[in-house]
Amino acid sequence: MEKFITHTGIAAPLLRNNIDTDAIIPSREMKTVSKLGLCDGLFAVWRYLDEKARIPNPDFILNQPGYADASILISKRNFGCGSSREHAVWALKEYGFKCIIAESFGAIFYRNCIANGILPIQLSSEKIDQILRHKNNEIDIDLRSQKISFAGESVVFELAGNDRESLLEGLDPISSTLQLSEEINAFRNADQKKRTWLY
Amino acid sequence: MTSSLFEKLWQVHVISELGDSEYLLNIDRVFLHERTGSIALLSLEESGRTIASPENVFCTMDHIVSTRLGRNDNTEMPGGEKFIQATRQAAERAGIQLFDLTHPDQGIAHVVSPELGIAQPGITLVCPDSHTCTLGGLGALAWGIGSTNAEHALATNTLRVQKPKSMRVNFNGTLSDGVSAKDMIIHLISLLGTAGGSGYAVEFAGEAISNLSVEARLTLCNMAVEFSAFTGLVAPDEKTIEYVKGRPYAPSGEQWDKAVAHWQTLHSDPNARFDQEVNIDCKDIKHSVTWGTSPQDAMPANGQVPNPDELQDISSTRREAMQRALQYMALTPGDDINSVKIDAAFIGSCTNSRLSDLRLVADFLRGKKVADGVSAICVPGSSRVKREAEAEGIDKVLIDAGFEWRESGCSMCFYAGGETFGPNKRVISSTNRNFEGRQGPKTRTHIASPLTVAASACAGFIKSA
Ligand code: SF4
Repeated sequence: MEKFITHTGIAAPLLRNNIDTDAIIPSREMKTVSKLGLCDGLFAVWRYLDEKARIPNPDFILNQPGYADASILISKRNFGCGSSREHAVWALKEYGFKCIIAESFGAIFYRNCIANGILPIQLSSEKIDQILRHKNNEIDIDLRSQKISFAGESVVFELAGNDRESLLEGLDPISSTLQLSEEINAFRNADQKKRTWLY
Repeated sequence: MTSSLFEKLWQVHVISELGDSEYLLNIDRVFLHERTGSIALLSLEESGRTIASPENVFCTMDHIVSTRLGRNDNTEMPGGEKFIQATRQAAERAGIQLFDLTHPDQGIAHVVSPELGIAQPGITLVCPDSHTCTLGGLGALAWGIGSTNAEHALATNTLRVQKPKSMRVNFNGTLSDGVSAKDMIIHLISLLGTAGGSGYAVEFAGEAISNLSVEARLTLCNMAVEFSAFTGLVAPDEKTIEYVKGRPYAPSGEQWDKAVAHWQTLHSDPNARFDQEVNIDCKDIKHSVTWGTSPQDAMPANGQVPNPDELQDISSTRREAMQRALQYMALTPGDDINSVKIDAAFIGSCTNSRLSDLRLVADFLRGKKVADGVSAICVPGSSRVKREAEAEGIDKVLIDAGFEWRESGCSMCFYAGGETFGPNKRVISSTNRNFEGRQGPKTRTHIASPLTVAASACAGFIKSA
């Protein structure tokens, strides 16, 4: 997986609570058994006036001047709630998003971000407002120092140590876990003697 | 030491502590479906890895399959057959149990796994589907994950999990007549908001929970994810043990006795501590229906649509969201919800499509008719539920009343590009999500209990039974 160490990019505000994964990518846009080819369907309902003909809705933030190349998304509470579809993260990633900043996240979506090298940053509404006040919306994110900088100001954020390590190193969690095979087997052998009915 | 139910379930599965409150947990069972499970299986194959314990992995076809009678691989969703065929082939190559389209045990993952005894008290079960929390109703630690984490579970029998905090919601007192588990969970979410359970494993307890049937507990826990909880839980009791007994994948003989002895330890000790505790008085819970586009936008099924401008203690974001929801739902503040006409009624989904739900609906519908102009559809949660309902004549009662009777699957619980009730159509639905577009572009969904759906179908407008 690609490492996330620092990133500089345009931050697009999508300021609503409870943006669910159905809104991030509608089910009908998940057309093939693949993680690819999803970014066209990203935010399809909001992004297009006519979804079939893909006619852009000029009111939608990513269609507004200066935001088409956004790589950071800023939202409010409970971003990515709802369906577990990892397609939401795959679509965001394919569009070019590297980082999502929100007041809080849907738990499964949050895990899916980490699994795909996207940085989910949880910030208070005050800190989010501070970033939003900054008009020239290119911001710098440094995961090593857990700091977001913009126009001479900065805010700090916190990410759980393991998640930070996994993003900084671009670790593949399955490989890391497979290295613990001995421990896993020992556990399961012992468990098999206790919970005999499950093995 | 006193422990909570959640703590006990957690401890049984901890292989090691990875630091920063992340743990490596043993995963007992994995369930997959053709929508997201197919990708997990294919991606695992591509990486050259194999499933560590294929005997503990199960897969069903529920999301995309057609629910029309006489169905085959062709689906309402354009290109849906690709998912079905890819899943079938991948499941075969992986050597896992598949409940294929024509298999007698096919059905919605979260309906099939308890009815077959695959989900049991005390186990960890994961599935790349957010409503996996349903199985907490049996006292299983079960939660939804993404496809990549499903791959992780398949390849290693484990998952790396951030330990959630614990919450207990006590439902005190007894429920009013006809008020159901669905009304309880909608009430809770409307009280504390859709983010109310964020970061918590939530145990549901209290007199009203003990009184619920096991199937009703599954309904309750089904919507724990709508409360943003890591999962929902109900301590297994005699009813649970009775429910699991004799099911195809349940332990038997000597193994059964051992399992039961373990299950009987799975409850919160009297002085167990929780990070948060919430008390709900059951007499406050009414027949509920949602008016907006989030499960927290709920109200009594005979009340008035709220007015965001009159609410003092809400944020501006919430006020805007409410206005937006009212606009999407084409409702005016102050409207009597009972006067709102419906175009369709849907009974189905992993929330409310089990035999007990269908029995309740049939009892209500006996001798009644669906109102003119209302298209009413019932989709049993599994092929087994369908057979059992037919053996009791439930299908006949529903068909006589004017309902369409389908094969099992997720069907119009969500829109995959195929079937929908149509734009601007108003649907009363026994499902769990009323998001914008969930049942189709511009379709307006009101979620409610099966009884409220049936009563509304007959009235032609939203009505509590
Ligand atoms: S019935 Fe609906 S909510 Fe349940 S698994 Fe299927 S699509 Fe998801």
